[in-house]
Amino acid sequence: MQALVEARGLRKSYGTVEAVRGIDVTVRQGEAFGFLGPNGAGKSSTMRMIAAVSTASSGSLRVLGLDPATDGPEIRSRIGVCPQENTLDSELTVRENLLVYGRFFGLARPEVAKRADELLAFVQLTDKSAARVEELSGGLKRRLTVARSLINNPELLMLDEPTTGLDPQARHLLWDRLFRLKQGGTTLLLTTHYMDEAEQLCDRLMVIDEGVIVAEGSPVELIRDHSSREVCELRFGVDDDHEQLAHRLEELGERVEALPDRVLVYARDGEQVVRGVHELGLQPRSTLVRRSTLEDVFLRLTGRSLAD
Amino acid sequence: MALTHPPPARNGLVWRQLDHWRARWRRTWRGSAITNFVLPVLYLLAMGVGLGSYVDDGGATASLGGADYLDFIAPGLLATAAMQNAVGASTWPVMGAIRWDKTYYAMIATPLRVRDILIGNLGLVTARLTLTAAVFWLVLALFGIVVLPWAVLAVPAAVLVGLAHATPCFAYAAWLDRETGFMLLYRVGVVPMFLFSGAFFPVSQLPDALEWLARLMPLYHGVELVRGLVLGTPELLGDLGHVGYLGVWCVGGFVLADRMLARRLEG
Repeated sequence: MQALVEARGLRKSYGTVEAVRGIDVTVRQGEAFGFLGPNGAGKSSTMRMIAAVSTASSGSLRVLGLDPATDGPEIRSRIGVCPQENTLDSELTVRENLLVYGRFFGLARPEVAKRADELLAFVQLTDKSAARVEELSGGLKRRLTVARSLINNPELLMLDEPTTGLDPQARHLLWDRLFRLKQGGTTLLLTTHYMDEAEQLCDRLMVIDEGVIVAEGSPVELIRDHSSREVCELRFGVDDDHEQLAHRLEELGERVEALPDRVLVYARDGEQVVRGVHELGLQPRSTLVRRSTLEDVFLRLTGRSLAD
Repeated sequence: MALTHPPPARNGLVWRQLDHWRARWRRTWRGSAITNFVLPVLYLLAMGVGLGSYVDDGGATASLGGADYLDFIAPGLLATAAMQNAVGASTWPVMGAIRWDKTYYAMIATPLRVRDILIGNLGLVTARLTLTAAVFWLVLALFGIVVLPWAVLAVPAAVLVGLAHATPCFAYAAWLDRETGFMLLYRVGVVPMFLFSGAFFPVSQLPDALEWLARLMPLYHGVELVRGLVLGTPELLGDLGHVGYLGVWCVGGFVLADRMLARRLEG
C-alpha cells in the first residue's frame, strides 16, 4: 500500500522551544490514523507540517509523495484540513463559505456549486444554506468546517481535534459522518485527546507526549501491550492518604496508580481485586471494575492523565 | 467522483480569491459608498464654505498659493480620506482575519500562498479606495472645484496615497498581538498626520522641526500631489517625487506585510 505521509526524524522548534522532537510516522492509504496526546504534546505542530503550512525545522517529510517545502500548493490542493478552531468567514452565509473556499482550489463555479450542495446534504446542513455563519451553534459550525474541508474531494483528510467542545449528540453525529468517509475510502489523519474518539475512529494510533512518540499501534494492541485487562477503581474519603493506600494495595494487582480523587489497581481480574481490598480490611466509598482504556495506556506511558 | 485539480498556476492563484472578495464586497459597498458621499459633503460645507469664508475674508489667499480656502482644503480632504479609508481597511479586518475569524488560516490551508492572500487583500483595498475616491471626486465636481483634464488623475493619485498607508498598516496589524495597538496608531500616527500634513494649512506655517517631520509623512506628499492635480497646477518634477516617495512606502510596507503575515501563518 502506498504511504500518503512519510516522516522521519521530524522536528519543529519555535525559538528555543522544541515542540516536535523527532517523530517518525507513516500513514497508509485508506487507514484512519490518530495522534493521541494531551494539549501541547506537539500534535498540532506535526499536523501543520504535514499539511504543508509550516516547514519542518529538520527531518524528512513526504506527503502524497511530494516535498512540502517545495510543492506546498500542489499538496494542499489534494488534502483537506479541518483545523482545531473554526476558521469560517462569519460575514458570509453557510453555502457561500463553501463556494468561495472551493474557488481557492481552482475548481470551476458549477463544479463547486454542485459539490457544495452535496456536502451540505452530507453534513445535514441543507436547510441552513442561507443562514449566516454567526447564527450557527458550535456543532453546526464544526459540521460546516468538515464539509468545507471536503470541497476538493481530498485524498487525505486531516482533522485537528474534530470534536473538542461539542456536546455528546453533536460528537456522535460527526463521528458517524467521519466513519462514512472512512468506509468510502478516504484516508483520515486526526489528532485527539479523547480516548473514546481514538477508539471509535482510528485503526492505528500514535501516542505523543512532549514532542516524542511514546507508543504506537492499534487501540487494542496498545491496551494489550501497556495495560492490564481490567482496572479496579477505588474511591476513598477525601482525607485518606492515597499514596499510603496505594502502597498497601500493591500486592493485589500488576500495578497501582494513586490519582488525586481515586486509586486505580490494574489486574487481570478486577472482581478479585475488590475481594482482596475487603480482605485487607479497607473500606472504599465506592468501587468500579472496568476494562482498560487508552486513558490507562496514556497514564502508564506518561505518568499523567489525558484530560485537559 | 473525480474532481479535476488544476495545476497551481504561478500567477493564477490571486484571482481564485475573486469570488471571496466579491461576496464580502457585496455586504459592505453600499454603506461605504453612502458614508463616503455624505462625509465629504459635510466636511466641505463646514470647513470649506463655513470656515473658509472667515479665512478668505482674512486675506490668507496669498499664503494658500492663490486658492480660496474651499479649493485649498478640498483636495487635501480627498487625500486624507484615502489615508483614513486605507488605515481602516488594513487594520481591524486584518487582525480579524488572523485572530478572530481566522479566515487567513483557512486560506493558507488551500493552494493559496501568503503572498496570494496579501495581494488579494490589497486588491480589495484598492477597489474600495477607487470607489471612495471616485465618489469624493464627484462631490468635488459638484462643488465646482475640479479643473479638467488633470483632475481625473486625482482619483488614481488618491488610490496611491491610500496604498502607501495600507501596506505598512497591514504589516503593523499582522505583527500586533492585541488590538489596543491600533489606538496608539491612531493617536500617534493617523490623527497628527491628518491635522498637520498640509491638508488644512500649508506646512510652511509649522515651526521648522515640525515642518520637516510633516514632510517625511507620506500623507504630506499625497496632499501635495492630489492638490496639484485637482487645482490644475501639477508640476511634473515635484509630482514625480511625490509619486516616488509614496511608491517607496507602498513597496516597503508590502515587503514588511509579506514577512509579518508569513511569520503569523506559516510559523
